[in-house]
Amino acid sequence: MAAPPQKLRWGELEEEDDGGDLDFLLPPPVVLGPDENGVKKTIQYRFDEEGNKVKVTTTTRVRKLARARLSKRALERRSWAKFGDAVHEDVGSRLTMVSTEEIVLERPRAPGSKAEETNIAGDVLAAAGKAGAVLMVCRTCGKKGDHWTSKCPYKDLAPQTDGFIDKSLGPENAASASGTSKGTYVPPGMRGGDRSGVEMKRRDENSVRVTNLSEDTREPDLLELFRAFGPVSRVYVAVDQKTGVSRGFGFVNFIHREDAERAINKLNGYGYDNLILRVEWATPRPN
Amino acid sequence: MRPILMKGHERPLTFLKYNREGDLLFSCAKDHTPTVWFADNGERLGTYRGHNGAVWCCDVSRDSGLLITGSADQSVKLWSVQTGAQLYSFNFDSPAKAVDFSIGDKLAIITTDPFMGLPSTIQVKRIARDPSEQTSESVLTIKGPQGRINRAVWGPLNKTIISGGEDAVVRIWDAETGQLLKESDKETGHQKTITSLSKSADGSHFLTGSLDKSAKLWDIRTLTLIKTYVTERPVNACAISPLLDHVVMGGGQEASHVTTTDRRAGKFEAKFFHKILQEEIGGVKGHFGPINALAFNPDGRSFASGGEDGYVRLHHFDPDYFNIKM
Repeated sequence: MAAPPQKLRWGELEEEDDGGDLDFLLPPPVVLGPDENGVKKTIQYRFDEEGNKVKVTTTTRVRKLARARLSKRALERRSWAKFGDAVHEDVGSRLTMVSTEEIVLERPRAPGSKAEETNIAGDVLAAAGKAGAVLMVCRTCGKKGDHWTSKCPYKDLAPQTDGFIDKSLGPENAASASGTSKGTYVPPGMRGGDRSGVEMKRRDENSVRVTNLSEDTREPDLLELFRAFGPVSRVYVAVDQKTGVSRGFGFVNFIHREDAERAINKLNGYGYDNLILRVEWATPRPN
Repeated sequence: MRPILMKGHERPLTFLKYNREGDLLFSCAKDHTPTVWFADNGERLGTYRGHNGAVWCCDVSRDSGLLITGSADQSVKLWSVQTGAQLYSFNFDSPAKAVDFSIGDKLAIITTDPFMGLPSTIQVKRIARDPSEQTSESVLTIKGPQGRINRAVWGPLNKTIISGGEDAVVRIWDAETGQLLKESDKETGHQKTITSLSKSADGSHFLTGSLDKSAKLWDIRTLTLIKTYVTERPVNACAISPLLDHVVMGGGQEASHVTTTDRRAGKFEAKFFHKILQEEIGGVKGHFGPINALAFNPDGRSFASGGEDGYVRLHHFDPDYFNIKM
């Protein structure tokens, strides 16, 4: 390897003898490294068009592709002559390329994301209970606080079982505090008077639309982002039914209007997952 | 990870094989030239010219000296790995499909497709140490299974031959007499064509992939079903990791449907499953068509996939792959 004092000396030389008599001589190239980080420095000297000496320092990183502990035979094979079509292979043919795209092993779900989701749902329920809001329980999949039955992603998949119906009707009956027997239909107008009507409206009122989401964003991510502003009653990310890929927008409903306002002020234009979020009030449905 | 893309083939890939040390990667495709690559950087070492049809399968001897390839041109050829010279050609009356060297490289299995009224066969050939003494006579010929036999491999100690093919039944044959010893049940076995079969590193069990969208792990001696891995697309290729308890499966919708659907809907990923828990670990995307061939490097630190798109993609795992917790 190159000796450091020698390198110093060449450096001095270059500075000192501008137009000196050693000009026609070029110092030999010096190679330093690669060090433990795989960084290799090559110092070369050359003349530019005007005859000045130029020092060129190239810093490269040497990366081992595979932890190669090759056997003797394999090392021998390394030096085999090319044959077949590979003989006439020109350099420009570029048969072998390193992908420009970084490929990751995509996990079906992020580890631990499921556990967190149920935890959050619990929070929401507690908050919703305090505020006197309606309990959001999906009757198809039994998930609480995530979506309404009509919005259930598993609507078509899951056959309705008795267990689910019983479970979902239980809290509703308790909330309505009416004397009807379990499992019978109660028209909305009879369920504790005008209360539910107000609540149904409120659900739409504090709705925030989030657009320009990245494809990977899922409901738990959105909840994580928005729950900092206050209790959230619903998070929804639109998903393409055919491909299962996010369509890039979603809705978040807050229990308190002021929380929603703060979220909009804070998160509109916020950089999230390399994209700039657009957060605004959701326009109410025409009906 | 940044995979290495190898574009040496002009037609869909059919098979990939690493040599024992894992420094060479052999690729077969529907173009007529099997190719050998350096497995660390993907540099092409050479091609084996001489076949006149799609090459379906290959195998390399333990000392990486001899390559055997089976082709649709109704021939199976022996090659010198180093020079690419053709040493011998077995000629058949129907396309050859699977080839496999025995332990010790003294015998080789060759399967042939049903063709022009001829039934499909599994043939055992003796491989001479000196190629000049090679003869074409079969030691054993097994007939019986209906349809193509897509894979046939040697069982433990060369005592058995394991085959799987279009009739969706895994069969174990006696390698001496050609007798049928065991076959898989209709209920527990595959429902559709078996497309791939690969042995574990120690040879104690093997994995079969099938168009019925599942892969199954079997005991190699008793043919008991150990595990089933279910996915949402037909399985064209499968492999068992020699290092971790992982299996990888590749596939996708049929090639004829590719142009009519979205790339994302085709599910052309290599899917990793936990061998024991049967849970999905993750997927590696990249191909623009179904994956037809998969192979793990014998050191388990990289794997190669070959697709209908004609690319071989060589993946060297990131360090965090080795710490995945289930």
